[in-house]
Amino acid sequence: MVKKLMSGNEAIAYGAYQAGVKVGAAYPGTPSTEVMENFATYPGVYAEWSPNEKVALDVGVGAAYAGRRAMVAMKHVGLNVAADSLFYASYTGVNAGLVIINADDPGLHSSQGEQDNRNYARFARIPMVEPADSEEARQYVGVALEISETFDTPVLLRTVTRLAHSKGAVEFDGELQPVAPPAPDPPAYRRDPAKQVMLPANARRRRPVVEERLQKLGEYAEQTTLNRIEPGDPELGIIAAGAAYQYAREVFPGASFLKLGLVYPLPRRLILDFARRVKQVVVVEELDPFLEEQIRLMGVTVRGKDIFPLYGEFSPHLLRQCAAAAGLVTPPPEEEDPRPPLVLPVRPPMLCPGCGHRGIFYVLKQLNVLVTGDIGCYTLGAAPPLGAMHTCGCMGAGIGVSHGIEKAGVQEPRVAVLGDSTFFHSGMPPLVNVLYNRGATTTIVLDNRVTAMTGHQDDPGTGRTLQGGETTEVDIAALARGMGYQRVDVVDPYELDQVTQVVREHLQSAEPSLIIARRPCVLSRREKHPAPVVDADICVNCGTCLELGCSPLTQEEEHVSINVLLCNGCGLCVQVCPTGAIAFNA
Amino acid sequence: MDKKKKDFILAGVGGQGTILASDILMEVGLALGYDVKKSEVHGMSQRGGAVESHVRWGERVFSPLAEKGRVDYLVGFEMLEAARWPSYLLKGGTAVVNRYRIPPPAVNLGQARYPEEREIDSLLAGRAGRVWWVPATEMAQELGNAAVAGVVLLGALSTLLEGEEALWLDVIERTVPAKFVALNKQAFLAGRRAG
Repeated sequence: MVKKLMSGNEAIAYGAYQAGVKVGAAYPGTPSTEVMENFATYPGVYAEWSPNEKVALDVGVGAAYAGRRAMVAMKHVGLNVAADSLFYASYTGVNAGLVIINADDPGLHSSQGEQDNRNYARFARIPMVEPADSEEARQYVGVALEISETFDTPVLLRTVTRLAHSKGAVEFDGELQPVAPPAPDPPAYRRDPAKQVMLPANARRRRPVVEERLQKLGEYAEQTTLNRIEPGDPELGIIAAGAAYQYAREVFPGASFLKLGLVYPLPRRLILDFARRVKQVVVVEELDPFLEEQIRLMGVTVRGKDIFPLYGEFSPHLLRQCAAAAGLVTPPPEEEDPRPPLVLPVRPPMLCPGCGHRGIFYVLKQLNVLVTGDIGCYTLGAAPPLGAMHTCGCMGAGIGVSHGIEKAGVQEPRVAVLGDSTFFHSGMPPLVNVLYNRGATTTIVLDNRVTAMTGHQDDPGTGRTLQGGETTEVDIAALARGMGYQRVDVVDPYELDQVTQVVREHLQSAEPSLIIARRPCVLSRREKHPAPVVDADICVNCGTCLELGCSPLTQEEEHVSINVLLCNGCGLCVQVCPTGAIAFNA
Repeated sequence: MDKKKKDFILAGVGGQGTILASDILMEVGLALGYDVKKSEVHGMSQRGGAVESHVRWGERVFSPLAEKGRVDYLVGFEMLEAARWPSYLLKGGTAVVNRYRIPPPAVNLGQARYPEEREIDSLLAGRAGRVWWVPATEMAQELGNAAVAGVVLLGALSTLLEGEEALWLDVIERTVPAKFVALNKQAFLAGRRAG
């Protein structure tokens, strides 16, 4: 056994492989993406990118029904999409183990919202485990599958960004042998409609089974080694789980700890026992007072959210400040620089140099069109100076929102924009809706031939599967025509005149329509094209090119300059320059 | 061996290679017998936004995030990004900074001012015992690829840390994709000699 450095996500993938998981399904979503990417590389496993999280969970349920251990993975908001399936799977139970990896994002590093998905465990009456580092992440996958099989239930494994994307040492068995016994081959699907067909009559009979299961899990919680007391100073007892436990260990090194690995259901007797041993109980948890409120209902006097924030990501520094204000630790010495602060310009993320989305947003801004947007790299089209997106809520929302604005009676020209992967995720039903309900929305699919934001994963439009196989390339234009769309055009977003003309035509027509702006992501192709040059004698420093919001373009004293290290040679600035000062060398 | 904890923050702009450099630094810590953890965020911030990695070496490391005011080494891949982190440095800590500017959007648009080098130097010196400027991008370009500037910085940083040259080179060989190993070793050695 050697130690290998793995991220939480890599460790989960390795743990799943070791535990004999044979089927994996996921939709990419930061910070969960690398779970399935890594799992897909192990021998003898099947892994797929499903078009969305709900489909992924159904695939996992099917594999578990059929007697194969299965894992699905998604980010927190992905579980909203998959929630319908989560709730029926709680009633039907599984056959072989099913673990659902759920990655929360405290601090909204890469999400539209911050939500505490521990609530889903209680909501769907499903057990949830929460590892605190990479090694625990590896171990807990196997434990989750055992719980799943023992109690006939799906099991949630919760990570947060700071666990998923942090690296630590993991016990690594170079032999790479799965430790779980091999499943019979081929697996047998045992028909059991009373358990798996959730007609009201059947579901009514499953309902008490779910409650009995939760009672038994409560007993299991008292015994399992996932929950442990770490004795320390009896003056202060900390209850914590996951990443928050690690921060708390730094800030309260001497305290007594109750470290929870099973965060739902809670071990009532263990908590009461811990509370009796210490003078003061403090819960350290990010986001909702999920543990705190349940512990208070047990009759324990407990502090938590009166000391630590209800939202945002924790850090050792934040915990120390809050704990000092509450008198739990001595405050850190203040050594702030007494000089006036240096004003530092912010550096927000922006569309990459050479990004195909830029041309579309530039044109939409010129045409002053109302743009309802969606989730992806292209959401950065909302940022200045482009500023050409006016709504963005969640995956697949933009087309429906545009339709609603139209039906409310707004006359303004509108387009809905979404990426190719988002289109397959949840863009098709609202596209059908516009047609069915006689709307006139023009939808633009920003087809960069990849799921870019999460790090370049394949999707149903790319012609390749997660494990590298060739497959049918789903044709978005043919799909729209098949639905009944008459006006469908494909444009190259590097050709600004063409884009402008086609968008104008679509906006002028009263029918619903689709434009596919096709240009592969510059990062996924890794091609580098030479930069154009600025003729300083011709440039009048008017700033028109800067409206593209492209980072290599910088305004100097007398003229604009192009950073050739950053530039990807897309030529948009050549097209927009009114004086012809920017040109490619012949 | 002295296993006194060492915390590092590597700060730069998305796409500059902070993740690879922090991977190497972490592997070196493990090879030296430390418990190690590191933390960074992937996703949207990588699209040209500000990024930072925390790397921690210690007897036993709990949090993957280093604590404000307790970081031993700040490695700045870009001048402005280095300037965001002096408050994280331990009083008397060390800053190793690439003398390289990537103006952010507001500066490109003429709406904000990029601070002068002397201003950033003075800001860092307010906490750091030593501010070491390294022309890492320039040196990397001389080697033929600006993308290895981060490994040049690691080479410079390595002169302040334990670990034989061979150990660092071995880690680079194990961590970097095969076709870039030679280039990255050259970059590391160039940085190491800059010390």
